[in-house]
Amino acid sequence: MENLIKLSYEVDGEDFTRAGEASASVKKSLRKLGVPPDVIRKVAIALYEGEINMVIHAEGGVIDVEISPEHVTMVLRDHGKGIADVEKAMQEGYSTAPDEVRSLGFGAGMGLPNMKKYSDEMTIDSTVGVGTTVSMTVYIQ
Amino acid sequence: MTVLELAKQLNLEMVTEGEAAEREIHGVYCCDLLSIVMGRAKADDAWITVMGNINAVAVAVLADVACIILSENMGLDEESIQKAKEQDVCVLKSELPTFELSRKIADICSL
Repeated sequence: MENLIKLSYEVDGEDFTRAGEASASVKKSLRKLGVPPDVIRKVAIALYEGEINMVIHAEGGVIDVEISPEHVTMVLRDHGKGIADVEKAMQEGYSTAPDEVRSLGFGAGMGLPNMKKYSDEMTIDSTVGVGTTVSMTVYIQ
Repeated sequence: MTVLELAKQLNLEMVTEGEAAEREIHGVYCCDLLSIVMGRAKADDAWITVMGNINAVAVAVLADVACIILSENMGLDEESIQKAKEQDVCVLKSELPTFELSRKIADICSL
């Protein structure tokens, strides 16, 4: 595989204010590569929601991003509590976020739905008590 | 109309200037829940909210809104102000409630 850019980020589970660093960094890389703005917006929103989820629900994790000329692939891995009912979690408005998170403006139950909306492919692999891996792909062309 | 022109006309307090002189306002979006804003605010909207925190600044960048307008005299902490400056986000402030503010902006910008 030529022309493949790989980026990796650790998400700090403690720090809400730093969530978004991976998203901002990937956004910058894509802009430098001349990727169209609408594609960048999709990637940035999907990834930021993912980061926020990792902070709220999983005490952080690792994000691996691969950028090829055709697509951006993002894999978000955490060792958090897992998602008991993925189908329910995918519903707009369903949230298990605690109140202090809501007071910051999150926890509207839009995280996973937004990730689904803004990625072209998304899979969730989650085991309760073990962790969650979310893979998202956004096509560039 | 640019963000700067709007700020002058409505006497809005300029918390951070960002790209106020260059950004044109093409719409108004009102919401305080950040995930909804991220998904639904359009680029070049003036985003009115009471949510003055660092995550709101990040969302403004992601959604590429023209500016953040804090209604109800809500403030922004120093860390968020620094972040907004770094990211060139214009943050304005008004004592008006969200509805009054959006109505005035709609009038002035003929939306």
